Amino acid sequence: MIGGWLKQRATRRRSASAGSALGRRQGAWLLGAAALTMAPHASWLPPWISGLCAALLAWRGLLLWHGRQAPSPWLLLALTAAAAAGVRAEFGHFFGKDPGVALLALLLGLKLLEIRAARDVRAAVMLCFFLQLAIFFEDQSFPVAALALCASLLGLAALVAQADPNGRSGEHLRVAGTLMAQGLPFMLILFVLFPRIDGPLWGLPADAFSARTGLSESMSPGSISALSQSGEIAFRASFAGEIPARRQRYWRGPVLTRFDGRNWQAEPAQEAAVPFHAADGKRIDYTLTLEAHGKRWLLALDFPGATGAALRHTGDFQLLAPRPVRSRVRHELSAHPEAVVGLAETAATLAAARRLPAGFNPRTQALAARLAAGAESHEQILQRAVSHLRNAGLLYTLRPPLLGRDSVDEFLFDSRRGFCEHFASAFTVLMRAAGVPARVVTGYQGGEINPVDGNLVVRQLDAHAWSEVWLGGRGWVRVDPTYLAAPRRIDDGLAAALPAGEALPFTLRAQHDWLRNMRLRWEALSNTWNQRVLGYNPERQRELLSRLGLAPGDAWRLAGMLAAATGVPFLCLILWAGRRRRRSDPLDRAWQALSTKLAARGLARQPWEGPHDYTQRVASAIPELAAAVRAIGVDYASLRYGPHSDSARLAALRKKIDVLRLP
Amino acid sequence: MPAAGTPSPPALFRRWLLRRPGRPETAPIELRSRRIYVLPTAGGLSFAIAMLAMLVASINYGLSLGYGLVFALAGAALASIVHAWRNLAGLRIRPGRSEAVFAGETATLHFIIDNPRKARRPALRLKLRGAETAFELGPLQTRAIGIACAAEHRGRLQAGRTVIETRWPLGLIRAWSVFVADVGCVVHPAPEKNAPPLPESPAEQGGGAPSPKAGDDDFAGLRPHQRADSPRHIAWKVLARGGPLMTKQFAGQQGQELSLAWADLPPGLDAERRLSRLSAWLLEAERSGRPWSLALPGTNVPRGNGRSHLLRCLDELAYHEEPDRADGT
Repeated sequence: MIGGWLKQRATRRRSASAGSALGRRQGAWLLGAAALTMAPHASWLPPWISGLCAALLAWRGLLLWHGRQAPSPWLLLALTAAAAAGVRAEFGHFFGKDPGVALLALLLGLKLLEIRAARDVRAAVMLCFFLQLAIFFEDQSFPVAALALCASLLGLAALVAQADPNGRSGEHLRVAGTLMAQGLPFMLILFVLFPRIDGPLWGLPADAFSARTGLSESMSPGSISALSQSGEIAFRASFAGEIPARRQRYWRGPVLTRFDGRNWQAEPAQEAAVPFHAADGKRIDYTLTLEAHGKRWLLALDFPGATGAALRHTGDFQLLAPRPVRSRVRHELSAHPEAVVGLAETAATLAAARRLPAGFNPRTQALAARLAAGAESHEQILQRAVSHLRNAGLLYTLRPPLLGRDSVDEFLFDSRRGFCEHFASAFTVLMRAAGVPARVVTGYQGGEINPVDGNLVVRQLDAHAWSEVWLGGRGWVRVDPTYLAAPRRIDDGLAAALPAGEALPFTLRAQHDWLRNMRLRWEALSNTWNQRVLGYNPERQRELLSRLGLAPGDAWRLAGMLAAATGVPFLCLILWAGRRRRRSDPLDRAWQALSTKLAARGLARQPWEGPHDYTQRVASAIPELAAAVRAIGVDYASLRYGPHSDSARLAALRKKIDVLRLP
Repeated sequence: MPAAGTPSPPALFRRWLLRRPGRPETAPIELRSRRIYVLPTAGGLSFAIAMLAMLVASINYGLSLGYGLVFALAGAALASIVHAWRNLAGLRIRPGRSEAVFAGETATLHFIIDNPRKARRPALRLKLRGAETAFELGPLQTRAIGIACAAEHRGRLQAGRTVIETRWPLGLIRAWSVFVADVGCVVHPAPEKNAPPLPESPAEQGGGAPSPKAGDDDFAGLRPHQRADSPRHIAWKVLARGGPLMTKQFAGQQGQELSLAWADLPPGLDAERRLSRLSAWLLEAERSGRPWSLALPGTNVPRGNGRSHLLRCLDELAYHEEPDRADGT
């Protein structure tokens, strides 16, 4: 049954498109477009799918090279079924972004092999366009955009080659380029004015935003040192005034209170539209551009002041977005580094900040008891703990040894090597054991100032963990135990604090200064790209439109403006297309003027009439003009056919025709 | 065309629907911008749907670059409207010479199309009467474009409404223009197959002495081959020597004149079969080289001989009681 249908379909197509199968030129453009489109996908598609697509493309290329046509539909049907089964096995379902993209990629590869008619070429080009869009799910950076643009250009060239199989390849590309260039004004206008809509139109599939690196609601030994291997940008900040000193730049993420002996967990905190602390003291204004991380925290600089936007403050002084941050967002924020927070902390919170699981870390408990003995206040205990840790010979390293059950004991007394999470965890446990309320705060610390655009760039490797202790009368006080062992981590950043020979991201190493420099330039450029192009969201559009004098929600005026703005370039295009070059020969123009003038009497020159015949005819029709018209005819003939022609005589002829008056 | 008063609107509509040819326009027909129409093709519609789907995906996932890609492609498609239109604008069309054919053969109607622009005009298509031909014009090129269409009935075959169209550059937009050029050819009645032999004139038959089948025997010379010549008379020897295709001519004897008359045909024959037989006889007469005269109801062609005489007689047959004659010749 299917065989019959296939055969019927094949013959129908063959008869519908005799000779219009894929030619070598169209094929080359199409293959180029497909290859360029698939290339970026290769880095995130499962390897077997990338491999299969590459094989299909190569197969098509080989067939094209040898001038052979598509393989049998049976084979392709079998391949399609196998590919679909493979996708099903890989992802477990067909719905969602990832299996969809994988299916599209395989379909494109198979479609290329199946091309028999013009519309197959079109379908393949459309598939290319879809896959170009799908690139942006994963990566919207500048180079990827340029790549997608090239791929679109090749796709258009394939369409041109399909419409004009006799043209040269260079011409196909030229026409496609012209179309793209002429489409550019439309693109810009629509990009700016087309109404942007907030949020998804429908529930996004679960895999819409796949795993991203970043902090989480829990911390265990090694979880932050894993982040320190990533040079990926977490967020950027641009300050209205001076950039605060590095040791003031603590960007607050999840606050971890619950400890089970190994892991730290966040406790749910109250939320409100206004801060839980008195936001006073010095104020720092800055704009935070946060990369998507799929969580709600905004990583505001300590301690956030009141905001105008619909942001939420928590009882542990974080700033949260109303919804998980699924795309890059920008917020105008303020910080009060000197604010006193948590003066009137609830008893429940303080109790939770003292709780330790029983039966863990006995040596630390003993140390805490020694530190607390005879202390008059929590401040004193804190002082003693700080000075103890400073002299404990702890080493800051990215490669701490594995720790066992009593992780704090092992760190403080045996291995003495650890990363910030070990320091923060050990210090907090020590303080709790001594009866002082304490908790771990995770977030980012420091960041790098890009000298090219003066923005502060904070990366995953700036992830950090520190402690907060609660002191009566002073509220929550930040203590960074890492600073005790490795002050340079806070003063100069990670690269300076680590002993030589530790594995660092390549571009952070000191000996690659020029590389670092290039990276900074590149990041400044991509920040501009992010702000201007990718960051153009409904909010920015509203801002821009209100600057243009359009009230928000003024849909009709916006539609009118959109239509008018699109109409202008279209009109320009029509004018460009309709322009006629003036006949280059002035003599011809003068001669034509005579005919135009006499046409009022029905005496227009017939195409076949020479100057002599024409003027004879005019002379006999209008005897009053006979002499003048004959003279014009003679002049024209001698200028046109005679050996000499000069501009003076041409001007005289033009004058004669000009002064001619019909009686 | 006989203009019988003002046609009623339904008649006008029917005429439009049946695509009756209008009056031919004066040559050269210049395709000015106003008579060129553009509409999306099926491919263009599917492109639009694809763009819409991509736009929805961009909105849903908040892909700023997705918007950019969709608008860039849509912009290119918009620009292609103007390019398609411009590919036709300014072309000049004149009628070309089209050879006469017999009914049932394929006539090739010729248009002379002139590209006054210093740019190539790719992927053009000419369509009329269900036939079409693809062509292109080089910069400043003038070309005669022939389009083959079936000549079914005798009489005048007029090109009528002719469509010139292009789907260049992307195949998403079709630009077209309709014109009526004075292009056409005469379609002669199909010669009857296995027609009876030529009628001998009654006078000679009455004379008793059967004249020799003159005209086929005495070689009189050569003349250039023409399409209607019998292959039996081709000068194969000349051709074999590498010469041109020639036809041997044979002198008929004087006085053995043929008179071919409508009225002499058997009364059982209908008009078309009569014309068909006369057509066959005319060809046979020309082949034999004997002079002949033709008598049709209302028309008489006096005695004559040779190619032009044959064509004239065939034209008479073609236009016999045909109202379209006014358009022709």
